[in-house]
Amino acid sequence: MYRIVSSKPLAENIKKIEIEAPRIAKKQQAGQFVMLRVNPTGERIPLTIAGSDAEAGTISLIVQGMGKSTKELNSLAEGSSIPDIVGPLGTPSHIENFGTAVSIGGGVGTAIAYPTAVALKKAGNHVITINGARTKELVILEKEMKSVSDEAYITTDDGSYGYHGFVTQKLQELIDSGKKIDFVLAIGPIPMMKAIAEVTRPYGIHTVVSLNPIMVDGTGMCGGCRVTVNNETKFACVDGPEFDAHQVDFSNLADRNRIYQSEEKTSSEAGDHQCRLHGSH
Amino acid sequence: MDAKNITNKERMAIPRQPMPAQDPTERSRNFQEVNLGYTPELAMKEALRCIQCKDPVCIKGCPVNIKIDQFILKVAEGDFLGAAKKIKEDNVLPAVCGRVCPQEDQCEKECIIGRKHEPVAIGNLERFVADWEREHGTMELPPIKAATGKKAAVIGSGPAGLSCANDLVRHGHEVVVFEALHELGGVLMYGVPEFRLPKDIVSKEIEGMKNMGVEFRTDVVVGRSVTIDELMQEEGFDAVFIGVGAGLPWFMGIPGESLVGVLAANEFLTRVNLMKAYDFPAKSDTPVFDCKGKNVAVFGGGNTAMDAVRTAKRLGADHAYIVYRRSEAEMPARVEEIHHAKEEGIEFLLLMNPLEFLGNDRHWLTGVKCIKMELGEPDDSGRRRPVPIEGSEFVLPIDMAIISIGNGSNPLIKQTTPEIETSKRDTIIVDINTMATSKDGVYAGGDIVTGGATVILAMGAGRTAAKAIHEKLMGTTAGYDEW
Ligand SMILES: Cc1cc2nc3c(=O)[nH]c(=O)nc-3n(C[C@H](O)[C@H](O)[C@H](O)COP(=O)(O)OP(=O)(O)OC[C@H]3O[C@@H](n4cnc5c(N)ncnc54)[C@H](O)[C@@H]3O)c2cc1C
Ligand SMILES: Cc1cc2nc3c(=O)[nH]c(=O)nc-3n(C[C@H](O)[C@H](O)[C@H](O)COP(=O)(O)OP(=O)(O)OC[C@H]3O[C@@H](n4cnc5c(N)ncnc54)[C@H](O)[C@@H]3O)c2cc1C
Ligand code: SF4
Ligand code: FES
Repeated sequence: MYRIVSSKPLAENIKKIEIEAPRIAKKQQAGQFVMLRVNPTGERIPLTIAGSDAEAGTISLIVQGMGKSTKELNSLAEGSSIPDIVGPLGTPSHIENFGTAVSIGGGVGTAIAYPTAVALKKAGNHVITINGARTKELVILEKEMKSVSDEAYITTDDGSYGYHGFVTQKLQELIDSGKKIDFVLAIGPIPMMKAIAEVTRPYGIHTVVSLNPIMVDGTGMCGGCRVTVNNETKFACVDGPEFDAHQVDFSNLADRNRIYQSEEKTSSEAGDHQCRLHGSH
Repeated sequence: MDAKNITNKERMAIPRQPMPAQDPTERSRNFQEVNLGYTPELAMKEALRCIQCKDPVCIKGCPVNIKIDQFILKVAEGDFLGAAKKIKEDNVLPAVCGRVCPQEDQCEKECIIGRKHEPVAIGNLERFVADWEREHGTMELPPIKAATGKKAAVIGSGPAGLSCANDLVRHGHEVVVFEALHELGGVLMYGVPEFRLPKDIVSKEIEGMKNMGVEFRTDVVVGRSVTIDELMQEEGFDAVFIGVGAGLPWFMGIPGESLVGVLAANEFLTRVNLMKAYDFPAKSDTPVFDCKGKNVAVFGGGNTAMDAVRTAKRLGADHAYIVYRRSEAEMPARVEEIHHAKEEGIEFLLLMNPLEFLGNDRHWLTGVKCIKMELGEPDDSGRRRPVPIEGSEFVLPIDMAIISIGNGSNPLIKQTTPEIETSKRDTIIVDINTMATSKDGVYAGGDIVTGGATVILAMGAGRTAAKAIHEKLMGTTAGYDEW
């Protein structure tokens, strides 16, 4: 059993959860994730490790209540426990001093990008962060992101806060302003990552995305997380989850993530089924 | 007739006793075990068929050399617990092996009776004896030697890891098994379905090992959560056994394979067995492709393919097909599984090769284009090579395609412990006499060494390694395996 040390709301429907998992805390690197089960009949779900405290033996997760498992996790009280958590899984982010690095997060993707942004800063990059949300209430990690950024931008679709528009538009403006950009990390809904890849492609800017296929074991056994990259089959849980954005077949990923849509509705009693990771931006 | 006063002629006049099984129509709708097991009467009768050869060749056919003649004699005499003890001297998981070993290629293939009649049903007897002990015996703890103060880590809780851990703990070593998943048992839990190997049986065996003192830690991916070097240098393990099994499934590389509805057998079986998706949504949160009223095709001819297709049928598939490019004789699956599958209404499309998966405008699978094959000249493996018959293409309408053409090797250990030598196929290279890898104190066995093989070979490898580890830790094998 793994104890939930703390569970704090960050925004509507998004929580930051700290869990006791000493082995994982000791090993975690940016870009890696865990698989966990909320109860003994629960699904194994993947969640990115947002940070860790090796000394305290804890890791933190930032979780958006999407369906049954994530909502249940977010409803667990501090001090309660979950039966399983395993990690750190996946290949860590490739970090180096690229020069100017832009980290782009859409929705809860901001949380997934955060540890990598920290590592990019540490490696000496000039870090620019662009974090998008539909509206002001959904902006998360503003303070944290600012603290690792040389330049920090927030965009909202409805203009209720920060830049009025999509993250792609903000990125395009930066490029147009003549800024030399050496590296882009984009994490968010599939259409957003796909759009970012198209923005940077003509300029040949090295762009990395973190993919979110459906996973079962997360250890490289079942083949469920396969994605098509450069026309080859890759497995996100071991080869990824980060891949070269210009080589990813995004529409295939979007298609395949819909396979259990009707079952997910059955499982999640709540009617509120907002599209986040593959919704439109 | 009793075990002593019976002539060989009389023995051979007894027909092989069939295994009682659930009615095929009934069972193709449930997940309960297909075979019901021998009654004591059937077992004793079958045991009489063994003529107690002076040179029992069946033993050579068994990868772990169970004393087959001796245990069968005890069955014939009605001493079932004695028979169980005899088997357990060589095989720690008889209830499992009696169910899943390819006996027709091993012990029963060698059996003398089989030359003129049907061979003695060694597997059925092994299963009976193990079940009898579990249900009637005390399952008393086997003797355990005095503590040696040495500590061994076992990575993976499949048959290789379990048998290695079992032998090590009995010889007085402290043993910790690390398992990546949340459940123990490896393929026995997440691969082989309940209707062929009830999970309770595997759990009971593992329970027995816990009682002997083996410590199990789930949710640890060695290589990621902790490395082999850390286990040896920081956590005080004197030796490590790697039994991490096979890795990622292969795909066929034909057009349309990324359509929605095409998946690997491992994923399908893991959802159903490990995550209990057949109880979705009532008792499990994990869904599986809804097979009800659908057409499902499984590509491949091994045990995994049979398990997948029979699972699809049980989940309500209208048509459940096996599509295999060679003929039935070349199928690697156990004959009993092929036989059971046919009884359950599985449709076999043999000598058939898929060319392309077809989908609709939403990119969901709608069918598969196949071509018929005929057998040509023998290939390197001695099996006749299938060659396509020109112009015989046709489209089979299907809603789900399950690929079951084998697995690669688990790359994690190789990536995180590069000094362990691996082959071109990424399997770990060992000295087959000791299972020692190129890294001092580290041993390996099972599918990670052989590529996808069998439960009994994995167990045998675990036992060989345990003995070598003991020798490494104690400097001698004097008194090993003597109680
Ligand atoms: C590598 C990786 C890292 C992730 N990191 C985070 C994170 O840090 N924070 C966060 O809030 N979310 C993260 N996710 C997404 C999260 O795993 C899903 O939201 C969650 O599994 C949904 O489960 P559910 O039962 O709550 O919802 P469901 O109703 O079951 O599903 C909602 C949607 O989530 C996706 N999904 C469902 N099951 C799985 C599964 N087993 N694996 C992957 N996706 C699934 C599907 O696209 C589905 O439409 C990550 C996903 C991946 C692959
Ligand atoms: C569906 C199916 C049906 C089969 N049917 C038969 C049959 O009828 N008869 C037969 O003889 N054989 C059968 N086989 C083959 C047989 O199951 C395997 O040969 C056997 O299980 C191999 O045993 P193993 O111990 O090497 O590996 P596995 O059983 O694969 O166990 C390996 C274990 O290691 C764990 N692991 C992996 N990586 C790590 C890591 N880094 N850290 C910690 N743990 C890790 C895995 O999660 C797993 O639990 C079948 C296989 C399948 C898939
Ligand atoms: S373990 Fe397998 S090969 Fe050995 S006797 Fe039993 S069924 Fe035959
Ligand atoms: S989730 Fe099973 S192989 Fe990646």
